[in-house]
Amino acid sequence: MTTDILSISGVGKRFGGLRALDDVNLNVKKGSIHAIIGPNGAGKSTLLNCLVGRIIPDQGTVTFDGGSLLGHKPHAINQAGIARVFQTPEIFGELTVMENVMIPAFAKHDGAFRVNAWQRARERGAVREEAEHILDDLNLWDQRDHIVNSMSRGDKRRLELAMCLVQHPKLLLLDEPTAGMSRADTNNTVDLLKKIAERGITKVIIEHDMHVVFSLAEKVSVMAQGTVIAEGSPEEIKASETVQEAYLGGAHL
Amino acid sequence: MSQSVMTSGNRPEKGMGKSPAERTEPTGSGLRGFMRSSGGDYLLLAVFAAAILTMPIWLAPIGAGYPDILQKFAIFGIFALGFNILFGFSGYLSFGHAAFLGVGSYAAVWMFKLLSMNAFPALIFAVLVSGVFALLIGFVSLRRSGIYFSILTLAFAQMSYNLAYSVLTPITNGETGLQVNRSDPRILDQLFGGTSMTVPDIFGVQLQGWAGFYFCAVLLILAFFITMRIKNSTFGLMLFAIKANQTRMSFTGFSTRPYLLTAFVISGMYAGLAGGLLAVTDPLAGAERMQWTASGEVVLMTILGGVGTLLGPVIGAAVIKYLEQIFSSFNEGLLHRAFDFLPTAVQDIVVAIVAPFVGEGWQLTLGLMFMIVVIFLPGGIMEGVGRIARRVRRDKPSDDGAASKAGH
Repeated sequence: MTTDILSISGVGKRFGGLRALDDVNLNVKKGSIHAIIGPNGAGKSTLLNCLVGRIIPDQGTVTFDGGSLLGHKPHAINQAGIARVFQTPEIFGELTVMENVMIPAFAKHDGAFRVNAWQRARERGAVREEAEHILDDLNLWDQRDHIVNSMSRGDKRRLELAMCLVQHPKLLLLDEPTAGMSRADTNNTVDLLKKIAERGITKVIIEHDMHVVFSLAEKVSVMAQGTVIAEGSPEEIKASETVQEAYLGGAHL
Repeated sequence: MSQSVMTSGNRPEKGMGKSPAERTEPTGSGLRGFMRSSGGDYLLLAVFAAAILTMPIWLAPIGAGYPDILQKFAIFGIFALGFNILFGFSGYLSFGHAAFLGVGSYAAVWMFKLLSMNAFPALIFAVLVSGVFALLIGFVSLRRSGIYFSILTLAFAQMSYNLAYSVLTPITNGETGLQVNRSDPRILDQLFGGTSMTVPDIFGVQLQGWAGFYFCAVLLILAFFITMRIKNSTFGLMLFAIKANQTRMSFTGFSTRPYLLTAFVISGMYAGLAGGLLAVTDPLAGAERMQWTASGEVVLMTILGGVGTLLGPVIGAAVIKYLEQIFSSFNEGLLHRAFDFLPTAVQDIVVAIVAPFVGEGWQLTLGLMFMIVVIFLPGGIMEGVGRIARRVRRDKPSDDGAASKAGH
């Protein structure tokens, strides 16, 4: 019996007259890959924003690894073990690939704030080594000197993933990791995500591509109009009529 | 992302056989030029020190080989170096740094009045007081970013400026400015059978003329060294990361505000040191040092020289102070003499055109120059130097350099 690393219960959020989230309940098992699907505007990204501290829900509770996440700043939530890959890569565009990966490693080593204005960053051996290993793993080693702004979109996404993985997070949130990718790139990303699943990192993935969802996820939650309307294994979701009604407009998969 | 993703069992050869030690050494450390090996740093420092200390020789031909202007180069170089730690590294544009310059001057003069004419207590006090002042202003201003941060710092500086003229007159001596008098207590000097001199010194050496310049020059080199260490440090990397993407920084687990506040305080202390040195070379402090034009000047120096670079701000400060000296000293009489070779009628026209750009109106020239630099060389003088260096390097090895140049 595995335990839940993340439990969301009764979470609601209003933006003016819009009810973005309405009594959302969701549990994520430790070590699993959990997909959240749903049409545009269903509240998937809003839910993710609640998890990382970008938005504070109006009601409900979010418990992660035994403690509440609500009311904590984004950096504190990251320090607690949650890393997030954004829909459009949030990376340090003017810095090099190596620096981009070293910075999150420093966050892991030095905490949220530590002034070390004298020692050279490059002389922090442990941090460098971790960064080098991750770059090697994600096949970014050859590009380590490149300024990130000059990289392709796919490489930027891979870099952002590397920046999250170098922190060894307990929970990794992925917001449409394959959006805008070609079929080949999508397949590569799926392979990559399967590979890092072996590290025992729990993952929550928001995804539109059903191929990705059904080849990765162990559990799928379907959101529509700000709430979870169905939950189950990929097979159950495929077969569910509620889901097809709400999400797929009745068309068969 | 092509065929790059691999499964754990199938790693490409380049990653396989290498130990971390092997990978770290060669060409790519993965860190840009500013994080290169320590040897390169010390070479840069040595060249910088040599260039600063020999300024009296190599700047003599352009009429800047005298201590008054050279010490201005050094003092405003320190001011701009510190400003660049905040603006150049972290991207936060303060429009109120002159406040710290002014506070440093007042603090130094008070030490001259109360303790001793020795420069060290005065400078230490100037740095500490402006550091505390920066902590207070920074704490409030850093609640906002971007243009709102700039406006907050501007507001604080203008408040300080107006307070110095009004409520704080007992401390600042208002419009007259704070001066050193023979009748001041100077406790330490009295204790050690002190002098009745009113010239700052370091242990007997009066800091006037060349001694004043070399004192400022040594402090500039020290300030440069500290800035270099900060730039290469973990702390420096974090500042550059905040500049690149502050959102990612907070989602990466960093509390960004303390980093910014530290940078703000450090750069305020540099400004305090510069303000203290202004008082050391001329023991007088006035509120006009805190005016917004002075805050704007250090922004210009930094951008003109090259934002975020090590050398740029120092060069920018020297260029602006030099041009100020040259252009503000011209008047119509001098212009008429300069255009002597022209027929009188043409001479009058030319002088009439040029006159608004010199003397009182020298800022007009500065403004034009600034516009040209920002439009054509957004990276400042340092970018220009870099472009020339690249061109030279490209032309040298190949014989068809002219062809390649024509191609670009």
